[in-house]
Amino acid sequence: MKILTGNDLKSGAVIWWTGVGWSLDVNDSADVADGGAAIIAREEGVQNVFAAYVVDGVKDETGVRPGHIKERIRALGPTVRLDLTLKPSDPQAVNWVI
Amino acid sequence: MYKYDEYDQQMVDTRVAEFRDQVRRRISGELTEDQFKPLRLQNGLYLQLHAYMLRVAVPYGTLNSVQMRLLGDIADKYDRGYGHFTTRQNIQYNWIKLDETPDILAELATVEMHAIQTSGNCIRNISSDQFAGAAADEVIDPRPYAEMLRQWSSFHPEFLVLPRKFKICVIASEKDRAAMRLHDIGIKMIRNDAGEIGAQFYAGGGMGRTPMIAPMIRDFVPLDQLITFAEACLRVYNRYGRRDNKYKARIKILVHELGRDEYVRQVEEEFAHLLTQPIEPPMAELERIMAHFANPAFETGAADDLDLSDPDFRLWVERNTTAHKQAGYIIATISLKPVGGIPGDATADQIRLMADLGRDYSFDELRVTHSQNIVLPHVKKADLYTVWKALDEAGIGTANIDTVGDIIACPGLDYCSLANARSIPLAQKISQRFGSAEKQAEIGELKLKISGCINACGHHHAGHIGILGVDKKGVENYQLSFGGSEGADTSLAKITGPGFDEDGVVDAVEKATQVYLANKQGEERFLDTYRRIGMDPFKEAIYG
Repeated sequence: MKILTGNDLKSGAVIWWTGVGWSLDVNDSADVADGGAAIIAREEGVQNVFAAYVVDGVKDETGVRPGHIKERIRALGPTVRLDLTLKPSDPQAVNWVI
Repeated sequence: MYKYDEYDQQMVDTRVAEFRDQVRRRISGELTEDQFKPLRLQNGLYLQLHAYMLRVAVPYGTLNSVQMRLLGDIADKYDRGYGHFTTRQNIQYNWIKLDETPDILAELATVEMHAIQTSGNCIRNISSDQFAGAAADEVIDPRPYAEMLRQWSSFHPEFLVLPRKFKICVIASEKDRAAMRLHDIGIKMIRNDAGEIGAQFYAGGGMGRTPMIAPMIRDFVPLDQLITFAEACLRVYNRYGRRDNKYKARIKILVHELGRDEYVRQVEEEFAHLLTQPIEPPMAELERIMAHFANPAFETGAADDLDLSDPDFRLWVERNTTAHKQAGYIIATISLKPVGGIPGDATADQIRLMADLGRDYSFDELRVTHSQNIVLPHVKKADLYTVWKALDEAGIGTANIDTVGDIIACPGLDYCSLANARSIPLAQKISQRFGSAEKQAEIGELKLKISGCINACGHHHAGHIGILGVDKKGVENYQLSFGGSEGADTSLAKITGPGFDEDGVVDAVEKATQVYLANKQGEERFLDTYRRIGMDPFKEAIYG
């Protein structure tokens, strides 16, 4: 699947396109297929999101997993500070990244 | 230390107001990201992997306690309770919000700090010896010259859009503690045979994808021509440095391609021309600056002995202190590398504690080192045990300076958008593998440096053991290298061979230390043994 990510303008937070808006949780990502460029143009025009781009991802029963390790770390947070990630209480979170 | 005059303060305050308006216009939509990006970068605001990152300049690594305390307060108020001290003697915050950035910069301005020129193709923060003004072996305190260069390079209209970023280092002792020859320009303050102080210039050094050691380009520049000569070096680079290829845009490429002699010829020609233009600040200005760096009011006759009956304190003194020029005083280096910790990170509470210790026990001075540690430069020996006890209770009393536990590591793929592999988890594993005091004592001095990409922010080229993280088809892989050094004997590390996964490289480091211990002669360091026996025995152990 193709998923769309960017950063929130004010907070800089990593965000993911859900099909109708943006979420901090990669598992909310929608498959944008070939429509990423049009969504980026529209959303960046609104000025609340920037640095948006499309990445590969895979969806299974556990959720959406970006294809590249860099995007997985973006999605989770720093693997060396799990307390600051989206899954602070999940000791297996690093395994999801690697 | 230097205090802002009205011009310094006005420049910084004006920049804060200007950036506040730029942020307002960005949020309101008046500016696009393409328009805003160069503006935020000029104020040290990057977009990193998870959020905005703000890099705050610490000029030549020198801070007072009020500044240090504010750095801790900013970590609490605007970030997530910690900061990261960098190999450029700066501090970075990883979780900054755009709309709060002007307020942060305004608070920094109240203590004479800013984030100007911590990014972009300009002259960056001047770095220096973290022991400046305290070291027993220095010719003179290099900081007044670093400060003069700071003032010259701040908002220098000709050098704000150089072909690439530009880093200058100033030292004043034979023992280079600041990787001087791995800078775009390295300046070593020396005393000539006539007893005059002047500057020895090196140009064209650097790490990154094409590491080079700067050759000397002039053995003595008189003090009253220092800025003029620096201007000549920059002018030649600005004129002929490549702008068509960012990977070949640093001055090291220009010096290499022209050849050292031709670069020198052009600099000397430009220098002769500039001497006809009175651009050098008057010596009265240097004297004004120097007055800010007068020695603190050291107590004469202070006790010169230490009670080392506490074995943990004794170890810390052996590892983390350095001789001071003043009898009865000592230089203390605070390791920000606890066993298994994140190199260079300090919590807001730890930062404030260090500020308090600097205020109470080090004449209100602290230093940031390029090794991502903090220095209390002027501690009375009689106070040292009290200082160490406070540090130890706060988790920053580790005794490991310049050992395998004192690892330099860039933020790597955990934070950096340029990185290809994570640096910090590897540093943590190595730190834990070699965590015992006995093991570190057995191995002795071993400088291990890790970079998460070819940009080499973790100085891996200059590590006795260097590790470079690469992306191998989407999987982290680590190249190992040996033989680098950043000291007076500067050398570049050589790659051992094929790379390793994370656990594999930790094992390889351990095997390398075993080769060293088996072959060590006398007081040889790891680096000395490597230089004597060469790469082959190490390769055999690692790959055999």
